[in-house]
Amino acid sequence: MMYSIEVLITNRKNVRDPEGETIHKNLVLKHGYKNIVNVRAGKYLLFSVEAQNAENALELVKNLCLKLRIYNPIVHDIEVRLHD
Amino acid sequence: MTKIAVLKFPGTNCDLDVVHVLKTTTNLDAEVIWYQDFRARKFDAVVIPGGFSYGDWLRAGAIAAQTKAMGEIRVAIDMGLPVLGICNGFQILVEATLLPGALLSNECGYFVCKWVRLRVRRPRGPWLILLEEGQEIDMPIAHGKGRYYIDEDTYMKIASTSPTIEYVNENPNGSSFNLAGLASPNGLVLGLMPHPERSAEEELTPRGKIPGGIYIWKSIELSLKRGW
Repeated sequence: MMYSIEVLITNRKNVRDPEGETIHKNLVLKHGYKNIVNVRAGKYLLFSVEAQNAENALELVKNLCLKLRIYNPIVHDIEVRLHD
Repeated sequence: MTKIAVLKFPGTNCDLDVVHVLKTTTNLDAEVIWYQDFRARKFDAVVIPGGFSYGDWLRAGAIAAQTKAMGEIRVAIDMGLPVLGICNGFQILVEATLLPGALLSNECGYFVCKWVRLRVRRPRGPWLILLEEGQEIDMPIAHGKGRYYIDEDTYMKIASTSPTIEYVNENPNGSSFNLAGLASPNGLVLGLMPHPERSAEEELTPRGKIPGGIYIWKSIELSLKRGW
């Protein structure tokens, strides 16, 4: 079976994110969306994976992200999830 | 003859500047080596120059860090060869976990290109032998992703063991603890965001600046001749 696995990489909470801050301050707030409290930018990767089941596909991508340093655990959080 | 490998990845663009500065300011021989051809045992030291390896995709230095050439760099370090990473070369060393921390987009959000004042702390090892504790020098920086990030615990360890280079008067990119660069505890592996290859010749040094690069290149020349 083919599974689509999404990987979202963002800076950890305590690591400032100038791209998100700029979008928030210079675009969103400037156009009057005062109820938007914060914007965080990140990176999105979509893996198409050949696997027995969704669990295996998720596990494969999680391991790959760690082994190839797709994210840097010092500064990033990742979310690995099944795309439906 | 003593030979320095100047490693070139796809997207590296400061390689010829480094070869030029080594040839004009020292008696060392230097050669640009394509990353696939690099073998540690043929050289006496290695420089990983600046640029945008693999277009900075994924993260600056992240893809180059996973190449076989970086496996050879580990061999080189085990053999006791001095390794210097400048700008993108520093990012590659950090991504390869050969130096601690991480490099992120500048806190100001844009590319910064200017001369900065630097202070050298705990200088030791082949690249810093001619510098003294607390000595201040100038070099230009040119980067969009030079915000060095390190947590406080790791920094406290480094601050008592390793050579560091810190920004003075200003922090141009939001780096933790004003760090512009740092070395392994014995100084063998040095990484820094500023460009020593652009600050070793009079013609390239603005009036009133102290060309800092010359100390790095003269240090490695002396170290490879007499040890360190």
